[in-house]
Amino acid sequence: MVEFALPANSRVESGKTHKAPAGAKRVKAFQIYRYDPDSGANPRVDTYEIDLDKCGPMVLDALLKIKNEIDSTLTFRRSCREGICGSCSMNIDGTNTLSCLKPIEDIKGDVKIYPLPHMPVVKDLVTDLSMPYAQYESIKPWMQADTPPPPNAERLQSPEERAELDGLWECILCFCCQTSCPSYWWNGDRYLGPSILLQARRWLADSRDEAAGERLDALDDPFKLYRCHTIMNCTNTCPKGLNPGRAISEIKRDMMLRR
Amino acid sequence: MSMRSALGRARGLGSAKEGVGHWWAQRLTGLALAPLALWLVASVIRLSRTDYDGLHLWMSRPGNTALLILLVVVGFHHAQLGLQVVIEDYAGKESVKFAGLIIVKFLALLLGTFSVVSIVKFAFGG
Repeated sequence: MVEFALPANSRVESGKTHKAPAGAKRVKAFQIYRYDPDSGANPRVDTYEIDLDKCGPMVLDALLKIKNEIDSTLTFRRSCREGICGSCSMNIDGTNTLSCLKPIEDIKGDVKIYPLPHMPVVKDLVTDLSMPYAQYESIKPWMQADTPPPPNAERLQSPEERAELDGLWECILCFCCQTSCPSYWWNGDRYLGPSILLQARRWLADSRDEAAGERLDALDDPFKLYRCHTIMNCTNTCPKGLNPGRAISEIKRDMMLRR
Repeated sequence: MSMRSALGRARGLGSAKEGVGHWWAQRLTGLALAPLALWLVASVIRLSRTDYDGLHLWMSRPGNTALLILLVVVGFHHAQLGLQVVIEDYAGKESVKFAGLIIVKFLALLLGTFSVVSIVKFAFGG
């Protein structure tokens, strides 16, 4: 359902400022959303001033520096620090992206960091992603084939068939696209969202899969698929340079082709 | 508070097994409206200095009558398809959504029929 204002207990207040150490020459301020549901307090934005001469180049480096040296209570997900695990997705400078792939020098002024939009916040920059994961499971993201595989061999596909998966298999399920989509904000309980639909297309495009009909049947729904209004926030925000908007349009094309 | 699992919520009531029809109808009506709207604008400009009798003569020509009726029918159909999407997007309560959808469809039918009758009456009666 559409919401035009935050609930009273979600309104963001101003928080503490942690000054840069004396003698710091290249100071950059990081304004970071803080929320601890156990405290009962409203969310706040804390400011951390960092000396860039003593910090790595990416936003994740700054977050780790803050956690290690300034405020150990700051909570965020991270793992691989090279854009392959999708853990450190968050809203940086107004755009969903991976903090490990976002150079600090690309941001003019203060660095504003918020959790992925319109998701329940577990703590600080950690959001509850149970629903998108469940939606992912609902599309059966595994190969379905009645034909048994060749004995002691892999299921084969031609180089051209394999190329059909390019632009789809690279998705790391960071949900930057999913949580940038207004349609998903308003109807996230029924609309599958761009990342899940890109994954659905990944299995529809796989020449080894034999369940395209059943997959399309499951997607043929005014909400699951057709809530996409080609706003294209998904494609603009994808930190891997993928195009969920095109994947969704290809599913819509498949829906027409079988009529 | 719901104790239903996330997967249960994600699966919900399953697929409606329809959606492509609505989507295709919206595209087709939109495609049809583009030339029809251009024709209407060009006609209105051309007829802007015409008197009542001239307008009546223009509308009584079968081609113009047919295109006007087509414009009205396709236009109202397209409008109710689009408004349906807007209501589904933004209406939170199911009751509000259903009431909105019914009102939009009835209004489109009523206004569309009224428009067609008016065109026919003016074109052939005056």
